[in-house]
Amino acid sequence: MATPEYKLAFDGGWEYDPAPESTDHISVRKRYGLFINGEFVAPEKGRYFDTINPANEEKLSRVADASEADVDKAVRAAREAYRTTWGRMKPAERGKYIYRIARIMQERSREFSVIESLDGGKPIRESRDVDIPLAAAHFFYYAGWADKLEYAFPGRSAKPLGVAGQIIPWNFPLLMAAWKIAPALACGNTVVLKPAETTPLTALKLAEVIAEAGLPPGVVNIVTGAGKTGAALVQHPGIDKIAFTGSTNVGRIIQKALAGTNKKYTLELGGKAANIIFADAAIDQAVEGIVNAIFFNQGHVCCAGSRLLVQESVADEVIAKLKDRMETLIVGDPLDKNTDIGAINSMMQLEKIQSYLKIGKAEGAEMHQSSCRLPKRGYWCRPTIFTGVSQSNRVVQEEIFGPVLAIQTFRHHDEAVMKANNTPYGLSGGIWTDKGAKIFKITQSLRAGVIWANTFNKFDPTSPFGGYKESGVGREGGLHGLDAYVKLGAQ
Amino acid sequence: MALKAVRTSARFPDLSRVPAVDEVGVNERVARFQSRSIKKASKVEALKLVLSMIDLTTLEGQDTPGKVHQLCQKAIHLHDAMPGLPHVAAVCVYPTMVSVAKEALAGHDINIASVATAFPSGMSSLSVKLDDTRMAVAAGATEIDMVISRGAFLAGDLSYVFDEIMAVKEACGDAHLKVILETGELGTLDRVRKASVLAMHAGADFIKTSTGKIEPAATMQVTLVMLQAISDFYRHTGKMIGMKPAGGISTAKLAVHYLVMLRETLGNAWMTPEWFRFGASSLANDVLMQLMKQSTGVYQSADYFSKD
Repeated sequence: MATPEYKLAFDGGWEYDPAPESTDHISVRKRYGLFINGEFVAPEKGRYFDTINPANEEKLSRVADASEADVDKAVRAAREAYRTTWGRMKPAERGKYIYRIARIMQERSREFSVIESLDGGKPIRESRDVDIPLAAAHFFYYAGWADKLEYAFPGRSAKPLGVAGQIIPWNFPLLMAAWKIAPALACGNTVVLKPAETTPLTALKLAEVIAEAGLPPGVVNIVTGAGKTGAALVQHPGIDKIAFTGSTNVGRIIQKALAGTNKKYTLELGGKAANIIFADAAIDQAVEGIVNAIFFNQGHVCCAGSRLLVQESVADEVIAKLKDRMETLIVGDPLDKNTDIGAINSMMQLEKIQSYLKIGKAEGAEMHQSSCRLPKRGYWCRPTIFTGVSQSNRVVQEEIFGPVLAIQTFRHHDEAVMKANNTPYGLSGGIWTDKGAKIFKITQSLRAGVIWANTFNKFDPTSPFGGYKESGVGREGGLHGLDAYVKLGAQ
Repeated sequence: MALKAVRTSARFPDLSRVPAVDEVGVNERVARFQSRSIKKASKVEALKLVLSMIDLTTLEGQDTPGKVHQLCQKAIHLHDAMPGLPHVAAVCVYPTMVSVAKEALAGHDINIASVATAFPSGMSSLSVKLDDTRMAVAAGATEIDMVISRGAFLAGDLSYVFDEIMAVKEACGDAHLKVILETGELGTLDRVRKASVLAMHAGADFIKTSTGKIEPAATMQVTLVMLQAISDFYRHTGKMIGMKPAGGISTAKLAVHYLVMLRETLGNAWMTPEWFRFGASSLANDVLMQLMKQSTGVYQSADYFSKD
């Protein structure tokens, strides 16, 4: 197709006034202890750290820094709860508690959404429409499995493992907590969960919900802290299973630490997904799909479509349209209902993204960013695309975890598949074409755990999620997600 | 047929280049426009813009000169109790009512749009349609809203549709041509996209969704597909084409969502009555009611606004 010659203009004229979501209805304590054995307790060493709002760098609360002794206390509480209450409870009764968590979470969804956006920087549109409803949906879904495990594993008996240690990332704080806690509880395990140090608040609010739902003390314990706390949890001998979502580097360290132990583990790690657009795709909807793939949650998404492979005959057209669409993305206050792209989660992450922008330019790629204004305070990155990049470039190979897209073209199908698979990762992928047969043909040759056709970044609790290669081990979600939390035996 | 003489195949578009449309994706995009929250000054600005873009319409078999006259008065005086309001863009009537509208609107900068070409079905011969068009233009219509031959389009005779639009465009003279696709009868968004491309290449100044006589009339989905076709046409030719969703837009809130969609699809150049119209009869009063609410803080009874 010919290169478009004339450009649309999106600046000036009618603009939307700020439409901020109110924060009057939320309560965040000045200081949070650790949630152990059904109550908030002070950390043994009395150390706390600040959690800040990345959109204005203001302190939101102080949160306990759990030491080895605190982790030990939490694991013991979980073990005791497993032995005396949760592990022995009738499965249908367990299900009732999990349903209760789901319902309370739904009732308090507005409060959860606002706190999620305050603590993590994601736009309220996403925390309200995606994170919180999906988190509740996970509890609803797994609550239903609690008394039906014999049907999940026909002909086998499914017994709980015991105590699960769970370490979650900062990109979907409450949702990841739900992904981990819900199946663990449904299968009869008890839990020690460590939220990420930059986004602990919704997990601590979840502790309130768990207390309100009347779960027996010790069934869910939440210990806050950074890498050291996580290491203490991984190395604790009283843990039967580790579930981790985070970077591939930390995943490697965990896998090494677990080698030779009897602990089960699931690791959900990084990704560098290819989003493949064929010339016969519905182009305007595909452009929207590119936006959803890479700019959703500021690109802080392990399964983000961070590489675009577009067929050469439509490449100019697609890139021109993408640039226009980027001009209409609103970057700013996460609590504004019209914001499309919020704040980068932390200073550290912003510096990492900025270093990749430098690397990309140094590698000779052409960088294009939207022309939006950025707020003075806080951590921000404009939506960015790199064109003229090659397979050997670092911006094509490495996970940036920000709103940065690397665009390559291809001529034949085989070339697209080869480029898509030529990565150490294999978490997700996308394919855009109007031809059904092509969808099946291409997806079968892509080595990735999740592949979306004519859409991207869609999640559902019934669907398993996980990666090939360096993207991880094991599956979460759906029926497959139960497997990670049970010992199977003869009936 | 005589039509063959009119046809200049050089202008007939390469329809193999018209991209496919994915309905699921269109629905998602529309939902996202509708999740925009338009408040305060930006809302007032939008509401006034909506008023200025309205083609105030009456297309009934029972229309009388009195009713058309009343409609023209409304076009000029939307709600004089509220100073600073714009007037609407046009009144839209049947050809026999054009002369009445012309007299009633004399001295005002309001366009007279007339439907033509055997509106609303288009089930007549080309010569009748051309006469219909010429008659409306001769009576003073500055804009012609024609209907395409859906029968020919659906049967696959695209060149017939193309040639017909070209012929009507020629009959329009200086009057602007709006081409009604009657999307409610086209069945799929792919066909809407294709018909849009056909109409623009054949000489449409505006493309318009519906006659208002068929359900569904305008939807945001159909309008988005047409706006995207306009965007592609502009990118490649540099020629701006106007858009008119008609029928079914009766609330201010929905109209503002259309403006959000327009702004984020074609940009600010299209945000004027010259390039975007709402074909509507009851929309104006709901917008007026919302504007009064913005200035006084309370909703007023519908009896405070003239029904026309």
